[in-house]
Amino acid sequence: MTAVVDVEQAGTPAPAAPPAPRRPHRGWARVVRYRWLLVMMLPGILYFLLFRIWPMWGAQIAFKNYVPFLGIQGSEWVGWHHFQEFFSNPDFPRLLGNTLILAALSLFVAFPLTIVLALLLNEVRLSVLKRTVQTLVYIPHFLSWTVVVSLTALLFAIGTGPLSSFLDGLTGTETNYLADPDWFRPLILLQTIWKSTGWGTIIFLAALASVDQEQYEAAVIDGAGRWQRTWHITLPAIRPTIIVMLILQTGEILNTGFEQIYLMSNALNRTVADVFDTYVYFTGIQQGAYSYSTAVGLSKAIVGLVLIFGTNWLAKRFNQQGIF
Amino acid sequence: MAAPLTTVPTVPPGRASRRASRPSTQHQRFNTRAGRAFDVVNVVLLVAVGLLALLPFLYVLAGSFATELEITTRPFFLWPRDFTTDSYASILSSDAFVRAFVTTVVVTLVGTLVQLALTALMAYPLSKVDLPGRRTIMTVVVFTMVFSAGMIPTFLVVKQLGLLDSYWALILPMAINPFSLIIIKNFFQQLPQELEESAKIDGAHELQILRHVVIPLSKPVLATFALFYAVGIWNDYMSPLLYLNDQDMWTLQMFLRQVTASASLSAQDMGAELPPPAQGIKFAVVIVATIPVLLAYPFLQKHFAKGMLIGSVKG
Repeated sequence: MTAVVDVEQAGTPAPAAPPAPRRPHRGWARVVRYRWLLVMMLPGILYFLLFRIWPMWGAQIAFKNYVPFLGIQGSEWVGWHHFQEFFSNPDFPRLLGNTLILAALSLFVAFPLTIVLALLLNEVRLSVLKRTVQTLVYIPHFLSWTVVVSLTALLFAIGTGPLSSFLDGLTGTETNYLADPDWFRPLILLQTIWKSTGWGTIIFLAALASVDQEQYEAAVIDGAGRWQRTWHITLPAIRPTIIVMLILQTGEILNTGFEQIYLMSNALNRTVADVFDTYVYFTGIQQGAYSYSTAVGLSKAIVGLVLIFGTNWLAKRFNQQGIF
Repeated sequence: MAAPLTTVPTVPPGRASRRASRPSTQHQRFNTRAGRAFDVVNVVLLVAVGLLALLPFLYVLAGSFATELEITTRPFFLWPRDFTTDSYASILSSDAFVRAFVTTVVVTLVGTLVQLALTALMAYPLSKVDLPGRRTIMTVVVFTMVFSAGMIPTFLVVKQLGLLDSYWALILPMAINPFSLIIIKNFFQQLPQELEESAKIDGAHELQILRHVVIPLSKPVLATFALFYAVGIWNDYMSPLLYLNDQDMWTLQMFLRQVTASASLSAQDMGAELPPPAQGIKFAVVIVATIPVLLAYPFLQKHFAKGMLIGSVKG
């Protein structure tokens, strides 16, 4: 039996094909056979245990009154107390509102802009120009939020920044754009668009490159214009990609991005700037309410999990490809 | 199980047919008057978008070489009237800046090596389909991608391990990114098995196979990830904010934040003791914090599209 399998394996030249199924080793034989590979994995496994699994075990403090002195095990159970406190806290609707508005701006403004930019880039036939523009629009993705926020601070510096003096000229008043609560959301959106729109096109451009070109030729013969070709051929062709990106975006709705929001928030715009991520930081790290802030973070993570599986389920319901 | 990128086909199937199509079709397809007008508008628009991506940075670059007076009186310029390197001279003479810069360089180098080594050492065994326990480990890895315990439990673990106010706190908690682990694993998986088999027949040890067969074959992919890791650590603001209390240990991003936030109102109490630095210094610090990333960018750009899509071959 083994001999036959071996002959078959030797006789089948399978370049680049998935590895030929080997004779299954059972139990200990397999462990012994792979012992060095298993040893090799130990640091990685230790990493996942320490920094990914242990915190999940530690998240039980959301249901306890965690006192550092008593440790996680020794602290007393309080059940859903911290969750109830959070959901009945007047902060909760404000945080939810702020988070959802920022998420909606990103989903309904920044996300479609990404698709539009990818479509426009796809229409450029001069490949030098296309590549140059791509090179330029990807750059902001690699800058840190600290740099982006600092750039914003310099561009909108009171009275002297290029954008603040331009806007002041239009309105006729001098505004401190960085501290004005009304300007918080527009600035966040502007930063998000500047930093991530270009980078976001990569995945759509890859999908666009695989659209069947013969369909376009057939459409031209049928007299379809550029807009009709985009609407009836290009967009349907990249629909699976759009849906996958939408699912991923939906799962991220509550993740507003800690660094950006934290760096942009200040004493004057806190009413609109506070979101779940920064709230966890302020209550947990700064005020030391570990259990309460863990409960907040946990609620957020679970809602995110439900959202991503929910949209995935919906996508499948409507006969689209999901990601799971 | 599949990574999110799986749905993007890597091989454009239309390539062959496009080449075979008659040139007249192409001609007919675009050279209408409306088509040409659209092309012109599109090109102009895209060039504008490309410039907008760069313009804020160019302004700050120009400002970093300008005098204090010019920055505060001229609203916008891309070329300083009076060229000066005063801003750079003053940040270079600041101990806090030099310390932050050196710290960040060292942490970035060590952190990148640690991330790369741990990820490769874990990805290689996982690329073996019948490794015992592979399914369980992969399930855990994927689970950590969609669910994380959050900021506070992770902070408490770091604290428990005694890593607060240690540079390891900037490196170890994010030593393996599950997403890149899966991409690298998938890449290893599609390398020809024959090479590894023959190395094994020649008596090579698993670690030797990884070092002398697998890693040389994966150099472009690993280089891409190394650059991504390096940029990630260089840019990281949250880890030092959470884990470093000692101001003398601050990284460049923390220093940058302190310098640029000091004049504008800030909820954070950092930098309150210092007088607001002159505008020119802010410009120069932004540039110094950005330049290393821009230097790495051409190398990143050469590979990232390929590196990012490479994992999409199978899940």
